[in-house]
Amino acid sequence: MRADRQLRVAIAEDAVLLREGLVGLLHRFGHAVVASVADAESLVAAVEQHEPDIVVTDVRMPPGFSDEGLRAAIALRATRPALPVLVLSQYVEQTYAAELLDSGRGAGVGYLLKDRIGDVEEFVDALARVAAGGTVVDPEVVRQLLGRRRDPLLRLTPREREVLALMAEGRSNAAIARRLVVSEAAVAKHIGSLLTKLDLPPAEDDHRRVLAVLAFLRG
Amino acid sequence: MTVRTAQEALAQRPLRFLASSWPWRSLAYLFSGVLLGAVTLAVLSVLVSTGLILALGLVGLLLFVPIALSGMVVARFERWRLRLVDIEPALDPHRPPQRPGHRAWLVTRLREQATWRELGYAVVSALALWWIDLAVIFLALYLPVVGMAAPFYLPDLLTALAAVVVGVLLLPISAYPITAWAGARAALTRAVLAPRDAELGERLVEVSASRARLVDAFEVERRRIERDLHDGAQQRLVALTMTLGLARLDLPPESAAADQVGAAHEQAKAALAELRELIRGIHPKVLADRGLPAAVGDVAGRSPVPVEVDIVLPSRLPPPVELTAYFVVCEGLANIAKHSAASRARVRGRLVEDLLVVEVHDDGVGGAEPSAGSGLAGLADRVAVVDGRLFLSSPVGGATQLRVEIPCAQIGSSG
Repeated sequence: MRADRQLRVAIAEDAVLLREGLVGLLHRFGHAVVASVADAESLVAAVEQHEPDIVVTDVRMPPGFSDEGLRAAIALRATRPALPVLVLSQYVEQTYAAELLDSGRGAGVGYLLKDRIGDVEEFVDALARVAAGGTVVDPEVVRQLLGRRRDPLLRLTPREREVLALMAEGRSNAAIARRLVVSEAAVAKHIGSLLTKLDLPPAEDDHRRVLAVLAFLRG
Repeated sequence: MTVRTAQEALAQRPLRFLASSWPWRSLAYLFSGVLLGAVTLAVLSVLVSTGLILALGLVGLLLFVPIALSGMVVARFERWRLRLVDIEPALDPHRPPQRPGHRAWLVTRLREQATWRELGYAVVSALALWWIDLAVIFLALYLPVVGMAAPFYLPDLLTALAAVVVGVLLLPISAYPITAWAGARAALTRAVLAPRDAELGERLVEVSASRARLVDAFEVERRRIERDLHDGAQQRLVALTMTLGLARLDLPPESAAADQVGAAHEQAKAALAELRELIRGIHPKVLADRGLPAAVGDVAGRSPVPVEVDIVLPSRLPPPVELTAYFVVCEGLANIAKHSAASRARVRGRLVEDLLVVEVHDDGVGGAEPSAGSGLAGLADRVAVVDGRLFLSSPVGGATQLRVEIPCAQIGSSG
């Protein structure tokens, strides 16, 4: 279960049980945890010191137990726009996700519910995608964004909506094809069709396409 | 209708009035008025004349303090006496002194308008009111008493008997002027000696301030519960799903153990999702962190009916106001989803002066009833606690509009 690329990870999580669990999980998948801290200030210091490949942080941390982790992540990306950040949250609310996506033009960010850690392989896969500059948004949050059902979305077929949801989660064409058990060509066809219906510019690059979709969903 | 004052008693049917205790109470009121007025006059005369004489030696000036305060004593008796003809008690208009000690008490009393109103009343009572009491009693009872006492001074028995009959017949009539004056005097007494709105107002403010503290206490408690669940159960469940997820990796797929662990994993994830919903219901974190527009935006996003959100506020509002408005919107949108058959809804929020006004519209079938267990009644209670008002317009077959107005000024922004 070694990863293709070993990542140097900095973890910020105030719950000991969870922090230790994450460290163990990442080790198991061959990644190196260069720093594991319990509050946002230490996270910023750890990033200065270790220059990790990716930051994994909780939203709510000491001292205020409000959204210190999220703010630290956004602040870090203001000075290091290329630093990948994966935020783990207990909140489905898209408000937080939107703020994160707006930082550093949305490249190399992830917003996942802590529930997803349990699906360990998918979680580690998401981590790698974010580290590689991709965008990952929790399916639950995407479901909420799609739930707004603004008019153009109603023009999509059910299949196209499924594809759109998976795109918004940051999945590649190949991953979408696997998930829906169809050919990659079929996925490409659905994507072309739905992008046209939503008046979104076609893009070869997976990542730019995801950002366009998210921007559209957030309206 | 229950009769509460002598004046109201007068308006009853004559037989009923005469059979009641009101004429007698009125008479007792006037008699005690005469007594109190005479004593007041005597005491005030002594105090004032002694004071004037001693004032030559400056010591007498000190006597003007008890004179100034004498109105309080008279007023206390008057308010106590008032219950004879006015069931509703008249409250003491004086404020509690701000500091303990006789000096602070004296300063408070001398600075109060109520003290001087009472002195004025005592003077008018001593100089005029009790004389009028006396005159009314005398004029009203003169003829009946003279008639009834006839056997004592008339030698002719038959004439005397006739006089007694006339006197007894006149007696009920005399009940009217006595009760009328008693009622008028009671109204005057209440007007002068009962607390003014402003004096009462301070107490009302104090009551609502304590209610606001209670609301804050609930708010703090909700936050505590939310934090406890977040830091405790939620983190443990996340750790549990992680452990189960890792265990699944180690088990040979398709084995019995893998199936069992897989089922446990799914259950733990379901519990986590339920707990997340529960926590959001207790205290929505986005609301605390980002305020009403963001929180309502997220609720709207979860609604199966498309919702347009238009909330523009200049700044964050006090937490109890935000929370109440938030729950109104949640309940409104939940009702729209469940009952309205609407195709779209709209939430609009504005701050008008110090009043937060939030409206939830839909284009559904209407017919929402606060009594029909739709949660609207509970919602109204919740709104009332923050001094707000809830309006509902939901004609059968027409669009439903739920509107909440919450004042933002009085409630402290603590909590």
